[in-house]
Amino acid sequence: MDPYIEILNLSKHFGQIRAVDDLSMKVLPGDIYGFLGPNGSGKSTTIRMMLSLIRPTSGQILLFGHDLARDRYKTLSRLGALIEKPDFYNYLSARKNLEILGRLSNISNLKHRVDEVLELVGLLPRAGSTVRTYSLGMKQRLGIAQSLLHHPDLIILDEPTNGLDPQGQKEIRDLVTSLNQDNNITILISSHILFEIEQIANRMIIIDKGKALVEGNVQELVNSQDRQVAFVLADTAAGLSFLNETVWAAKIIKSNQERIYFKINKDEIPDLNAFLVGHKMQIFAVEPVRSLEEFFLQITEDEKVS
Amino acid sequence: MRKLVSIELFKIFSKPRTYIGFGAVIIIVLAIEFGILLEGDTMVGIIIQNIKDRFIFEGNIINLYLVSYIILNTLWIHVPILVALVTGDMLAGEANSGTFRLILTRPISRVQLVLAKFIAGWIYAVLLVAVMAILSIGIGLILFGPGDLLVVTNKVNIFSSNDLLWRFAGAYAYGVLSMTTVAALSFLLSSFADNSIGPIIGTVAMIIGITIISTVGAILLGPVNQYIFTSYLPSWQLFFQTDSGLSSIGHAILIQLIYIVGFLSVTIWYFRKKDILS
Repeated sequence: MDPYIEILNLSKHFGQIRAVDDLSMKVLPGDIYGFLGPNGSGKSTTIRMMLSLIRPTSGQILLFGHDLARDRYKTLSRLGALIEKPDFYNYLSARKNLEILGRLSNISNLKHRVDEVLELVGLLPRAGSTVRTYSLGMKQRLGIAQSLLHHPDLIILDEPTNGLDPQGQKEIRDLVTSLNQDNNITILISSHILFEIEQIANRMIIIDKGKALVEGNVQELVNSQDRQVAFVLADTAAGLSFLNETVWAAKIIKSNQERIYFKINKDEIPDLNAFLVGHKMQIFAVEPVRSLEEFFLQITEDEKVS
Repeated sequence: MRKLVSIELFKIFSKPRTYIGFGAVIIIVLAIEFGILLEGDTMVGIIIQNIKDRFIFEGNIINLYLVSYIILNTLWIHVPILVALVTGDMLAGEANSGTFRLILTRPISRVQLVLAKFIAGWIYAVLLVAVMAILSIGIGLILFGPGDLLVVTNKVNIFSSNDLLWRFAGAYAYGVLSMTTVAALSFLLSSFADNSIGPIIGTVAMIIGITIISTVGAILLGPVNQYIFTSYLPSWQLFFQTDSGLSSIGHAILIQLIYIVGFLSVTIWYFRKKDILS
């Protein structure tokens, strides 16, 4: 089966700035594909090119096996999207907004379908309210509702949890997972938060400065890297002094009054834990510490070494 | 295309600002009609001051046609502002509110979208002129009744009441054409901008600025002046000049049509390749 999205050597230059630089990637049917990168790394520009909002400087975008530049109608009719913040016609109700968008997508039995998607995202009781009265979380859910209107095979969500509180972020993650598993929709989700992608995606790409750093299976990529782990001990000072005399000293990267931070492989975590317990150290917690920035640094360092 | 136009019309008539235009037209017409009702004799006295010794005036000089003729002068500035208020917002407003991201990711073509928006904006302009025409004639008929029309420019033109209906129909139709040119200009500026204030103010500033330049600098501009579109916006007046032939009216219509097609073509060309970054 053709990949749903295949990007080949895509570049976009704004004057001297290379927003996207020779990027290639592939989203397969059934994927929840994480599109990861720090702010300003070129994620949104790439997504806008996938949706024909921006013209590429060079390269090719194939959606469902068709060239987007030649078969825009055919490809966009199978694709839904929510790009950055969810903007709507604020002076209209959610229902009217969806009816307008549904008419543009030639949806039959539109009123029924609008109710269906509003119910799916939990907005049916507020369907008649004007969008200007909606909270950001409600707008995000309405954004997802509009992307689902025309029964797409693929939806592209650009930072859909941006600005949401933890509860709202979880709701969106649950919704994305359910759309993929229950409705068989392939999803490309962009984010700058590694944790978010780790939670829901099966494959991912990481880009920085418009270039792909790494692409592959999420768990394999995450587990292949050394990670930062913080150990919270009953007596941090004593633990630190003891560890400094052991082989684990080389793995310590920093410490404070509450935590000792290690840079270790996933398989070494139980070994270190057992070692400390074996030497009568009381462990209150083992916390993974992993920011996207650190992950990037590690990947780029690894690339330099290799 | 019909579907796109109906969607655009729905959007236009769902916005409060659309009704500012109709409200303003109603206020302008009422203000002029009642102003003339109260102070019309003084005003006409001033107009005919220099000719009253040479003419004998009989009948109703202040009538619905004179009032409607005076109201037609709002096509110079007032109505263009109201047209630009809506058409200047049509593309820039979508960019500003971020809704291009919603509609341009649907399977519709950008060219069709631009045309549909322009047609919807044009329908709004037609309605604005139509409301003005109906109100000015309707209220004028009630307040003043019919009569012959006296038009004093650099000469005196007197039109019999049974020779006026077609002239007014022509003048209003020409007014629609002028407002279409204004709509096309503000639409073009709207395609360049990401908020609607610029295109609205830009349209009005260009019309006033170019009118001043072409009037003050008429000698400098020479023959170029006859190809500047602002010179033809008030050419509805040709319908009330006894010596203006069809060729003058035809020339004015042709120039305006060229500008409309030109503005719209540039808009389509630019918008087709525009990166949607908002």
